[in-house]
Amino acid sequence: MTTIFKLAWRNVWRNRRRTFITMASIFFAVLLSAFMVAFQKGAWDRMIDNVVGYYFGYAQVHQEGYWKEQSIDKAFAIPAELQSTPQDIHHIRIVPRIESFALASHENYTTGVLVVGTDPVAEDSLTKLSTRVISGRYLLPGEEGALIAEGIAQNMKLGVNDTLVLISQGYHGVNAAGKYPIVGIVNFPSPDLNKRMVYLPLEVAQYFFGAENLVTTVALNLENKDAVPPAVKALRKALPSGEYEVMDWKQLMPDLMKAREADAAGAYLMLFVLYVIIAFGIYGTILMMTKEREYEFGVLISIGMKRLKLGATIWIEIILLGILGSIAGILGAIPLVYYFNTHPLDLSQMSEEATGIYEKWGFDPIFPTAFEPGVFWVQALVVFLITAVLAFYPLLKIIRLKPVEAMRA
Amino acid sequence: MKNIITKGITKVYNPDTIPVVALDGVDLEIEQGEFTAIVGPSGSGKTTLLNIIGGLDKPSHGSVTISGTEITKMRDNKLIEFRKEHIGFVFQAYNLIPVLTAEENVEFVMLLQNRPSAERDQRTTELLEAVGLGDKRNTRPAQLSGGQQQRVAVARALAPKPDFILADEPTANLDSKSTENLLDIMARLNHEEGITFVFSTHDQRVIDRAHRVITLVDGKIATDELQNPEK
Repeated sequence: MTTIFKLAWRNVWRNRRRTFITMASIFFAVLLSAFMVAFQKGAWDRMIDNVVGYYFGYAQVHQEGYWKEQSIDKAFAIPAELQSTPQDIHHIRIVPRIESFALASHENYTTGVLVVGTDPVAEDSLTKLSTRVISGRYLLPGEEGALIAEGIAQNMKLGVNDTLVLISQGYHGVNAAGKYPIVGIVNFPSPDLNKRMVYLPLEVAQYFFGAENLVTTVALNLENKDAVPPAVKALRKALPSGEYEVMDWKQLMPDLMKAREADAAGAYLMLFVLYVIIAFGIYGTILMMTKEREYEFGVLISIGMKRLKLGATIWIEIILLGILGSIAGILGAIPLVYYFNTHPLDLSQMSEEATGIYEKWGFDPIFPTAFEPGVFWVQALVVFLITAVLAFYPLLKIIRLKPVEAMRA
Repeated sequence: MKNIITKGITKVYNPDTIPVVALDGVDLEIEQGEFTAIVGPSGSGKTTLLNIIGGLDKPSHGSVTISGTEITKMRDNKLIEFRKEHIGFVFQAYNLIPVLTAEENVEFVMLLQNRPSAERDQRTTELLEAVGLGDKRNTRPAQLSGGQQQRVAVARALAPKPDFILADEPTANLDSKSTENLLDIMARLNHEEGITFVFSTHDQRVIDRAHRVITLVDGKIATDELQNPEK
């Protein structure tokens, strides 16, 4: 075995130009595929974080059936299990909300809005709402005041300290009406959120809807996406079955998931095309090497080297090239992916039109790469496996080789 | 008894298209210890005969028996194994492994035979000394002259202690001095250690040193003569 490795290793460096060409093929293959995957994954992770971070959270708890038919009548008192279990087991912080639509009015202007009663402190820890304040200040717990989105302020000619009148149907049909001074104005990149969000402190909104101590939604504040499945599983187990629905972000945003899957399918197709091009590049150099060394293979078989042993030597030689090329590819991809992770591609600096399109969909037009180990090693492994499979070509050639003909050539 | 017996060896290339008869019923017996030259004009079938005797090629008809074993019907893997143990090759173009040193080239077939390390070391040293390259053991082929490379090739062919050494035009690429030097070494190994050499050649210097000269013409043995070598 040592002889085979020695022979293979020395053969790797025998024709340095060929070695560097093969290694370069593998290097660029890993680099490009890793960058492509990192970019695609990073962009989607960012979009999901955007949507989750703007409002939804990674998971939510409602009364059973609320998500299908979002009615204030499906408000519920936060069960004890939800108040104690999450923090104890999974370090989840809850963000209780009461949400319903209302008619907002100011002077001669009226518009439909989504009133969200929330705990200002808990809300801020989940959605960082206070950072979106562009005028005035953030909500204080329990105060009689409203925080409105910029779009509403513009449409209704509202400013800080103006009064907003809200009219709605409250819990189980009670009349809901109230007037609230505007303490601040917030901006969302999403035009949809920008034209309909009105925030009130939780207790104030509960009083407005006539639903004291009730909430319609409990958003879960988790550290990251990885914490979602165990948290959801634990909550489903802890809460009385049939009374509550615990939904993760994939269930909350099925359209986003479908869009991601469709985009991923396109990306896989691109990746497949890239792999095919890469495979042909690597195959070309292997083919060239095999052809060049047919004479030598003939000699080695003549002097008594078994075909399988010779094939194994050449296979190991190519595998060594694959390992070297893949490692080089990873080392090359790490700084590239890291750079675009810390300096994301910002379309807002390139095209206003593109910015507009993304904002319309509720995403900021910033695309960082995903800097995760999986991005590198999976691509390196795929390219390495392609190389390993192609490395069987010389073995097949050697098995069929006729020494006399090879040496005559 | 270590000998080579060929019976009715015929080799026809392109039998289905334009048949070319390279060998036509060659009967031959070569005994252990011979120093035999197979001569003849280009295309007379010298290399083909050597390839068939060495098991590198199969005859269209006839049989080759080496030291009592018929090799013409052997399966490929068995034949490779047989060659490794019984036949040493010296090629016109030396054909050393370029990435191995002279020492490693000589040792290579013994490694394939799984010989113990100490035995390999001793044999390699002996053989490189015998071919006058004791001081070149760590040199790679590219740094050796043609004559030196061919001497390493002879040492490599001898390393597994084969019954026969088959040499195809071993001096074709060598100058006069290197040719004389190589022939001296091979004659000495033949004389002192009884190693059998079979050459295909049309180099007169080799023919002059042979004990037996077999002349092939159009794939047939035209003459088979014993002679007293010049040295």
